[in-house]
Amino acid sequence: MPAAASPEGAVPVAPGVHWIGAFDPDLRNFDIILRTANGTSYNAYAVRGSEGVAVIDTVKLNFSETFFRRLESIADYDEITTIVLNHLEPDHSGALPELLRRAPGATLLVSPQARLMLKGLFDPGEFEGRIAFVGTGDSADLGDRQLEFFNTPYLHWPDTQCTWLAAEGVLFSADFLGCHYCDTRLFNDAVGDFRFSFEYYYAHIMRPFRAHVRTALDLIEPLPIRIIAPGHGPILRQDPRDYVARYRSLSAPSLHGAGTKTLLVFYISAYGATRRMAEAVAAGAESASSAAGEVRVSLYDLEGGHAQPFVDLIEEADALVFGSPTINGDAVKPVWDLLSSLTMVDVKGKLAAAFGSYGWSGEAVPMIEDRLRRLKLRVPLPGVKARLTPTADDFSACHDLGRQIALHLLGRATPRTIDMANLV
Amino acid sequence: MPKASVTFQDIGVTVTVPAGTRLIEVSEKVGAGITYGCREGECCTCLTKIVSGHEHLAAPSVLEDQVLKDNLAPRRHRLACQAQILGGNIVVKPA
Repeated sequence: MPAAASPEGAVPVAPGVHWIGAFDPDLRNFDIILRTANGTSYNAYAVRGSEGVAVIDTVKLNFSETFFRRLESIADYDEITTIVLNHLEPDHSGALPELLRRAPGATLLVSPQARLMLKGLFDPGEFEGRIAFVGTGDSADLGDRQLEFFNTPYLHWPDTQCTWLAAEGVLFSADFLGCHYCDTRLFNDAVGDFRFSFEYYYAHIMRPFRAHVRTALDLIEPLPIRIIAPGHGPILRQDPRDYVARYRSLSAPSLHGAGTKTLLVFYISAYGATRRMAEAVAAGAESASSAAGEVRVSLYDLEGGHAQPFVDLIEEADALVFGSPTINGDAVKPVWDLLSSLTMVDVKGKLAAAFGSYGWSGEAVPMIEDRLRRLKLRVPLPGVKARLTPTADDFSACHDLGRQIALHLLGRATPRTIDMANLV
Repeated sequence: MPKASVTFQDIGVTVTVPAGTRLIEVSEKVGAGITYGCREGECCTCLTKIVSGHEHLAAPSVLEDQVLKDNLAPRRHRLACQAQILGGNIVVKPA
């Protein structure tokens, strides 16, 4: 962090708009999953209109005193008519209950999806009649200026929304377009180089929700944005559209080839049995194409690669098949390393299957299938297990597994009827 | 025991189930694309489109109704963790 002193009071952002957040330069880890080499900031804002003041977001609980001091430097509590929480995670809502107590004339505006989360934060009964739910098309009147709302769920929680101050072209975007980068110079044209933090934040917070990112961008891109005021990191007043464009680029599918489905087979093998099963699965998948290029099948040995590049491939794939031997009653670590990395990308709804050889019990296949289901993939076919050296029937079953998964991808799978009693 | 059938359109599988079964009990086992979060009717992760046979599901509880409303769920959508199958033929797919 630079030597620049932290501003004591509120910081002007635009006419009638102030930053009233807090700096947390010493934070080195956020939510367990993110490293924060430069700390972070908890950005909150106040917007003054002719008929009242709106507070947009608050700060983490232990920074409340700083937040209230900055707020009090530009507004009296009885002037506050509106409190907007664009996102209810504790780093933004820590000072909310106390703010509601100090500003008894204010109404809290949140997205409809925030209703259940509010119950987890405090007893909503304490503030009965003071909470309203807003969505796209709704607005809050501050007299000579209005706040408009955009429902932008899953950026990165179900409750997230953006607030737009058309009068000044300011978009209050919550975690969207934010980053963990603490610099008291506050504005993107004044702070240090934070490109890494911006990209890192996208990769860990927004990437798993990239379809929702694209939907939100559709709402936001038409706005004549002059300033983006996110919930963390620098306020983007210089070339703000560049950051919107970067999100568009990062969230776009990177594998092109209209009409081609992609099926990836990952395997690891101790004695070659699971490898040969993988080859049979891949050959079966290839055989499902009635024309060249309908299904693009790829085979990867996990022993020869790192998880991260495989995760990038998986993000764009339509179907995933995993092969692992069973060792000590479990799938092997490289398989779990990859499967535990998949929360970084959106895998929901992809087709999946498992296979593998084993010595005497064969737990790996059902354990992988269970993990795949928990990751919200579709696992329509039972996996294939082979004891020690796979037989011709085992290879045939692998071939059929690959073929059936590929046929599912192509929408040509034969419908099946099952009695629930026969489901394991 | 009265039987019903549920077709999971996204994987092309029809399952014969006893009346009284909840969608969650069967969709997970069959590997359909309906996904779950809290499993208690609160998070709306398992929102499911009822393609046909909506009338063969027990009416939603007050809680489910509220969650569907809060999450702006379209008509003919239910929470799979809550929806109980009464009989007949039902076709579903992930929302």
